Amino acid sequence: MTGTTIGNASDPATGDVADHGPVVDIAGVTVRYDDVLALHDVSLTVGSSRVCGLIGMNGSGKSTLFKTMMGLIRPQAGTVRLFGSDPAHGRRRGEVAYVPQAENVDWSFPLRVRDVVMMGRYGTMSMLRRSRGVDRAAVDDALEQVDLTGLASRQIGELSGGQRKRVFVARAIAQDARLLLLDEPFSGVDARSVETICQLLRSRAAAGCAVLIATHDFDVLPEIADEAVLLHKRVLLHSTPQTVLRPENLALAFMPAETERSDGA
Amino acid sequence: MSLFEFVVDVVVGPWQFEVMRRALLVTVVASLVCAVLSCWLVLIGWSLMGDAVSHAVLPGVVLAYMAGLPFAIGAFVFGCVAVWLIGTVHSTSRVKEDTSIGVVFTTLFALGLVLISATPSQVDFNHILFGNVLGVSDTDLWQVVIIGAVTGSALLVKNRDLTLYAFDPDHAHAIGISPRRLQVLLLVLLALTVVVALQAVGVILAVAMVIIPGATAYLLTNRMERMLVIAPLLAVACSVAGLYVSYYADVSPGGAVVLAQGSLFFVLYLVAPRRGLVRRLRVAAGRQ
Ligand SMILES: Nc1ncnc2c1ncn2[C@@H]1O[C@H](COP(=O)(O)OP(=O)(O)O)[C@@H](O)[C@H]1O
Ligand SMILES: [Mg+2]
Repeated sequence: MTGTTIGNASDPATGDVADHGPVVDIAGVTVRYDDVLALHDVSLTVGSSRVCGLIGMNGSGKSTLFKTMMGLIRPQAGTVRLFGSDPAHGRRRGEVAYVPQAENVDWSFPLRVRDVVMMGRYGTMSMLRRSRGVDRAAVDDALEQVDLTGLASRQIGELSGGQRKRVFVARAIAQDARLLLLDEPFSGVDARSVETICQLLRSRAAAGCAVLIATHDFDVLPEIADEAVLLHKRVLLHSTPQTVLRPENLALAFMPAETERSDGA
Repeated sequence: MSLFEFVVDVVVGPWQFEVMRRALLVTVVASLVCAVLSCWLVLIGWSLMGDAVSHAVLPGVVLAYMAGLPFAIGAFVFGCVAVWLIGTVHSTSRVKEDTSIGVVFTTLFALGLVLISATPSQVDFNHILFGNVLGVSDTDLWQVVIIGAVTGSALLVKNRDLTLYAFDPDHAHAIGISPRRLQVLLLVLLALTVVVALQAVGVILAVAMVIIPGATAYLLTNRMERMLVIAPLLAVACSVAGLYVSYYADVSPGGAVVLAQGSLFFVLYLVAPRRGLVRRLRVAAGRQ
């Protein structure tokens, strides 16, 4: 393994990733679905070479925040900038990779593991999306990294929870994005897959990527994250994982009734 | 007469007639493009959308006849109107999408029926409802061939993008490929294939051609690329078989073609090698 330096965006050893300013810069974002307030005045910056954990209970707005970052949802207020410019630029350059929540994937879709990972390469292909040698090599490499080489020809539904997650992580790796958004990558995943995914994400961060992980799984967090954000419709706390995971802080996000009352006060 | 000559006679029989050759051409082109498109429709869960578009084109066809325009133009316009209305009603009210589909297409279909009854009947509109593949004019033939070629090539060129859209539109968006545009493309292609299908089997059965082949192929394979080959192959085979039956048993060609497709689906539903019902029951019994 090379480059174990982490957490220093301006380190010259981390190579080719532009290191001016934050990768993610969210300012005052508010998102409302009809009459549900999902995000309220959320501001957040994340730099390159950082792994940031996004913690909050179900319905706290983690997925909504990711979708807003990708431009799938237009916020009622506030701005999102990625790599210092409009998110559309980053998307067109293939710099944003998204690993969806498992519940949002149609696992009976007639695609093989390799086909899904290949979709990570579509952004750089010609109109027909015919794979070139370089694409196949990138896919082989990504499959190798997530330890799925032997299962490349399986239909995606014929995999365990951990293997399924690794398929989408491999797609993000094959895409060679500089910003990775992972929605609950550890839920329903076996210990060995967690290990593999953590190692990979750390090495992506070491290579200069910014990695955001939405999770309500606290055990893994200190191992993998440089920083953590406690989310409950708004950012309650943005600090080190250790600080965020202190019981009195977690209580803020996981006993929302309490927060709402203190809001009103 | 030897057995061989007899078989040749039976096989060649229908195609001695210009009418049957035209019917074959139209049905084969229609079943090809519809079958390819149906693969994405069944995977996205848009069967009801196929139903809607195919019924909603009726007023367009009637108006085109009244105005002396090619029926394809009217059908295509109303197919697009239906899709647009469905999307608008669903996204700007609290009505769910399937409800919106149900309201829009039945209303448009009813409008078509009213227009038919109000029209002095020079044209037999039964042909529109039930298909008139044995009365294909030169114009009809050209329309089918041109629309078939256009949609066929669009589907070929965009096939990977459409699969990406069907499987993971969010990822498409994330890598800068607009899912919105692919959705519109797919709906426009649906409207176009329905135009072709209704020439072959009529408005009422057109929906079968954009659902059944994809559903059948899905029973047989776990790979999209193979589905996109299996579906059109089976659909063409059913078209040919249906036309033979229609010729020798003197029954409705459109009906026979769709019946062949549906029957094949049910046969495979029962006995498909890996996912058939018989096989599943056996596996279940074996486990006990
Ligand atoms: N498409 C949607 N339409 C309406 N409400 C939604 C939609 N998606 C999410 N919500 C609501 O927004 C809130 C935040 O949801 P979400 O971002 O999925 O949270 P998380 O990912 O943290 O579980 C929840 O109250 C949820 O019910
Ligand atoms: Mg979520």
